[in-house]
Amino acid sequence: MILGRVIGRAVSSRKDERLLGTKLLLIEEVDPRGVGSGDLAIVADHLGAGAGDIVLVTAGRAARFKFTTREQPLDALVVGIVDTIRLEGERTFHKDEGFLPARRSARRHTRPPARSRR
Amino acid sequence: MLLARVTGLVVATPKAEELEGLRFALLQPLGADLEPRGKTAVGIDTVGAAEGQLVFTVAAGPARAARGMGGRPVDLAVVGIVDEISREAS
Repeated sequence: MILGRVIGRAVSSRKDERLLGTKLLLIEEVDPRGVGSGDLAIVADHLGAGAGDIVLVTAGRAARFKFTTREQPLDALVVGIVDTIRLEGERTFHKDEGFLPARRSARRHTRPPARSRR
Repeated sequence: MLLARVTGLVVATPKAEELEGLRFALLQPLGADLEPRGKTAVGIDTVGAAEGQLVFTVAAGPARAARGMGGRPVDLAVVGIVDEISREAS
């Protein structure tokens, strides 16, 4: 699985009929400190993730194993909405506070966009 | 399979019901010099690995062959803790 930040939604009115009713999110992959990789993915979501949320995304055939998506042509699925991340003994993310600045390293640090559900 | 170090963990309360009760480990893959190489990924820990431990992981379809992973939306699983690594000089 990868960690991703929800940066928007993809709306499609003409699509495979098995995808009708499935919410598609735009996700940017992030590392455990919240730094974006620049890689973008469109992923299906049944958990109700919204803009700014950090999510766990399962890729490949495993994405179709979730019962509700089994018959759908999907290769990426939100399987969790992240509450906290702990990296090397340090908490780097909390859902109410966003990513926390690294204590030791001077790595680039980005905050998630303001929580707004559209 | 890849060699990785467990660098942390992720907690996600809202999750796919098939993932209830599982542990999400942050995994930093290691290169030939046993130094970090490539992006950190999140895998299901099926062996009780602790932070800092060296483990091996199985990815993609075969990850669901790991203990208890059948029928779950899992694409990366920790299947062993490495006690020791030895190298043959060539």
